[in-house]
This record gives sequence, structure tokens and C-alpha cells, in this order.
Amino acid sequence: MIIAMAARSLTRHRARTLLALAGIAISSAMLLDMVMMSSGMRVSFKQLLEAQGFQLRLSPRGTLPFDGEATLGGAAELVAALERDPDISTVAPVLGGSVHSPKGEGAVTAFGLGLAPQSQGDYNLLRGRNPRTPNEVVFNRAYLAATGRAIGDTITLAAGYDPQLRTFAGAQPFTIVGEASFTYLAADQSAAALPLATMQAMRGTDGRDRLTLVMLKLRDGRNPDSVGVRIAREQPRVSALSTQSAVKQAEERLGYFRQMALVLGSISLVVGFLLVSTIVTVSVNERLGEIAVLRAIGVGASRIAWQVMLEGLALALAGATLGLGLGLVTAQWLNSILTGFPSLPEHISFFVFEARDAFGALGLLVLTGFMAGAIPAWRAARLPIARTLRTEAVA
Amino acid sequence: MTDLRPVVLATRDVKREFTLGAETVRAVRGISLDVREGEWVSLIGPSGCGKSTMLNLLGAIDRPSSGAVEIRGRDTATLSDQEATALRLREVGFVFQRFYLMPQLSAFENVELPMAEARVPTAERRTRVLELLDYVGLKARAQHRPSELSGGEQQRVAIARALSNKPAFLLADEPTGELDAATGAEVIKLLHRLNADGTTLVIVTHDASLARAGRRIVSLRDGQVVKDEAT
Repeated sequence: MIIAMAARSLTRHRARTLLALAGIAISSAMLLDMVMMSSGMRVSFKQLLEAQGFQLRLSPRGTLPFDGEATLGGAAELVAALERDPDISTVAPVLGGSVHSPKGEGAVTAFGLGLAPQSQGDYNLLRGRNPRTPNEVVFNRAYLAATGRAIGDTITLAAGYDPQLRTFAGAQPFTIVGEASFTYLAADQSAAALPLATMQAMRGTDGRDRLTLVMLKLRDGRNPDSVGVRIAREQPRVSALSTQSAVKQAEERLGYFRQMALVLGSISLVVGFLLVSTIVTVSVNERLGEIAVLRAIGVGASRIAWQVMLEGLALALAGATLGLGLGLVTAQWLNSILTGFPSLPEHISFFVFEARDAFGALGLLVLTGFMAGAIPAWRAARLPIARTLRTEAVA
Repeated sequence: MTDLRPVVLATRDVKREFTLGAETVRAVRGISLDVREGEWVSLIGPSGCGKSTMLNLLGAIDRPSSGAVEIRGRDTATLSDQEATALRLREVGFVFQRFYLMPQLSAFENVELPMAEARVPTAERRTRVLELLDYVGLKARAQHRPSELSGGEQQRVAIARALSNKPAFLLADEPTGELDAATGAEVIKLLHRLNADGTTLVIVTHDASLARAGRRIVSLRDGQVVKDEAT
């Protein structure tokens, strides 16, 4: 009966309760979005790095992968040494650079990745197949659209282009054999993947026996950081970065995001607390006479307090449930805006729903709502019966 | 002739004082009273004579400044808040001038409420609610909310609620005060029937016809009993 009374007390003033619920739902949605954002970039970045299963990345000493123009020399020797390493199961060498395709008076430029198609971890094939011969290439959708080509077409690609002289360096004919989605590139960024040796040859002296990056998969049970330290010791020209370290570095760089999310999330909790507390206090103040009568006819103070706290809990629970849906919708909307920024990897997200964090935050809001009912509940339970009845009778 | 019926409610030199700013108001100034099982006592007197304060003391919702109020031999001054609440739940039936039914509950649920609080088994309390609503002539209106009932009907539901835990006595504060003469007369008739069926009644009233309906009239003035007479 106490639950029925709490529920009916809330439905007595429907418009007021609905407005309060809307406020709590917005507060919950904001809290959820902040929680999703505080962990979203980190989780998404980690998922991005782990997507292809590579745990270590080697780049020229002192640089981060694709952080500059620097390349590693002695590529063949380095790759051979890594392939012999008992801790390593897969070696995926990459040489990056621009590739240009003549079109009309100018050229269409894309980011080119020279790689070993059988071990690569940079793209997922959507249609067609991987390159098998030196003059086969895979494009992404943006580059196919920009060049107006399709799978099966032949296209000329060059590693260098001088717009003044309109000359191309290292130009070769290629057959487009597949369409792919490039994991670490923006969706609107044109990209092409071709065999590593071809890319090295096209870049001439700049590319001969050179690499931009080597990605490594380790055998089961190996610690990426330990293996990375050992490789960096054995190969002094490389820096080794494990996925875990990369995520940690990203976390440090994204610290302000988390701080902002923490502050805004805390504000949401306070707003939720105040909303529930206000609505329950108003409701109790309107029912002082009823509460005094309930006490007079023998309803216990603790029962009264529970009823009032249940009202707070019900408001918070309903608000949090509505807020969950609202938060997910707004997060999706905000994510679509933020991920639309140029140069962001296609698969990165700013808002990631992690059930434990999300339900933990909403649980905290519900608990806060329950506690927000405590002050009016305490007042209601301690109401002086005789004086309140006299006051109410006069009123 | 000696009355052998047991005393259900007794006061011994009860005093109740309130402090209002620098002033001390002596609302009840030493009242001793015995109410025996089955009695109908009407407390009358002018406004401010201490009737309502006395009713609060008799119903254990207030405590005396000195003296003792005993309900079936239990001194209310010695009870904790929890014990006083339990005592009110099981031994005292309250009827208020303004009915004070819970607006969000139906007539049925209003009558059921004290029994639910007393943890009476569901089946038993449902049977008893229907019996009580039948007794006050409102069985057909069991599912109506207070706002859908007339004043007289609301007061009859309030009486049924007061009787739900079979209390030792029923305390009523101006039970006809908010009703027109005809409806008031119906309520008086119901109280008559209740008393005839053995319910002990203590009623505070200004209503002369209601006061006369009682078998004993206790007149108060300035917080003291000035007359205690059988009618």
C-alpha cells in the first residue's frame, strides 16, 4: 500500500510530475553523454588500434607512427630480423606517401600505402581482392569516386607530381582490383594500397629499402611492452609503441576531455538532486495535513519517510530510464557532428556506450534521487502531529 | 450504583502547557477523568477551553506536561514515539472534523489503510473493510475516491476507517462540524448505533444535539472540568 500511495501522490499533479521527469531525464541524458564521452575517445582509440590485432608498432626512432616524413632505412634487413624473432607471429611493413593520378590538366592525389597484402593491417577489403602482382592496387570509395574509376579499370599512379610543370615521377599503370575501407584514415580521405616493393620503387631513392612503419602481432602470452623494449634495444633506429602505451599517451592528451566530462557530469548529478529534492519537498509541504493524519491514525514515522523517499526514487528511476534513451540519441547526434570533422579516422567515436560505466552513472543518479528525498522524508517523519493538525484545521 | 465496566481511558490530574514566545499558555489545568468501556462521553465547552488539546492527549498524539493519561492502563508519557504510534494504531480510532481521508485512495483503501499498517492478513482485512463499509452504508461506493463522495459519506468512511483495527475507543473532534443538519443527524444516528453495539465514544463538540446524544457530558472551561454529568 505504501508503494501505491507513493505512486498516486506523484500522479496527483501530473503536469508537475511530468515537467520534473523531463528535467531529470535531461539531467540523466547529460550525465550519460558525459560518461560516454569521458571514456569514448579512449575506448574508441583502443578499439581502433586493436581492430586488426597488431600489438606493437615500430617507427623511426623518436617519432610516433606517421607523425612526420621520417622513414626507416634497411627495410629488408629489419623485416627479416623481425620475422626471425620467436616472439613475433606477423610482421606488416608499411611505406606511406602520396600517390597521384593524372586527371585532365591536373592530378587526383591520395594517401598511398605500400604494404604486404598478405599480412597488412591497414584496410578491410569491401569488394574485389587484394593485389597479387606489382601493378595491382586497391582504392577506397573516395578515391574511386575522385578518379571516376571502378574495379577492373586501369589507372596511372605516380609517387611524385609537380603542379607547375605538370610532370609525374615514378608513374606506372595499375589495375584496380579491389575496394577497401582504410582503418586509420578519414572516410573522405582518398587512399590507395599497393604492394610495398612497388611503392618503394615508385618513390625512387626516397623509398628504396625504406619503411614508414612496421606493425607486429605477437605470439600468445607475450608482453607487448617487454617485447617492444627488447626490439628497441636490438634495433636502435626504431621506437616501439605498444597499443597499451599508445592508449595511455592518448589518454594523457585527452585528459581535458575527461575533466570537462567529470565537471559536467557532476553538475548533472547536482541538478538531478535539486530537481528531485524540490519536487518532493513541494509535494510534502502540500500534504502536511495528510501526513499528520496518517501519523495520528497510527502510521509509523519510518513508513512515512519510506513513502516520501520512494517518491524520490520513483522520480529518479523514471527520469534515468527516459534519460538513457535520450542520452543515447543525443550522443549519436553529437557523435555524427564531431566525427564529421576533417581528418578524423573513419572508425573513431567520441561517444562509446559501455554498459558498466553508463549504468553505474545512472545508478548513481537514481541513488542521488533517493537520497534527495531524505531531507523532506526526515521532515515528514518528524512532523509534530497535534500542532500540524491544528494549523491545517485553521488553514 | 458502582459501574463495574473496565476503564479504558483515564486521566490523572493532567496538565498541558504551551510556550508561546514569552507567554505560557495553560491549555489543560489538571483534569482527572475515567472513561469506561461502552461509554459515550461528550466533551463540551467554549472555544479555547482545552477540548481539542484534551482530545490530543487522550489519543496519545500529544503528551501531558504533568499528570498521566492511561489507555487501557498504559501511561502514554512513558511510551516511545514508536510505541505511541502502535498504541494509536491498535487502541484509538480518530474521527476528524474535516474527515481527512487520503484523497489518492478509494473509500475501500482508506478503510484498509490502518489494517495494512497493522499487518492484518490481506484476505481478513478485505472482508473486514467490506463489513465496515456495509455497516456505515457505503459498500456500494467502496471504489469511489473521497472527491466523489458527499461530506456525510466521507465522514462515514472516516468512521469506518477509525473502527478498522477494532480500537478500545473512538475519539471524534466535531464530527458533524462540517455537515449540514440533515447529514449531521445521519452521522449522529450512526454514532448511536456504534455505541449501542459496544463502541466507547469520546466526542468533542459544539453541537448541542450531538452532545445530548451522549450519556455523559463533561463541560470544560479554562482547561478544567466544571461539570461532569450523566444525561
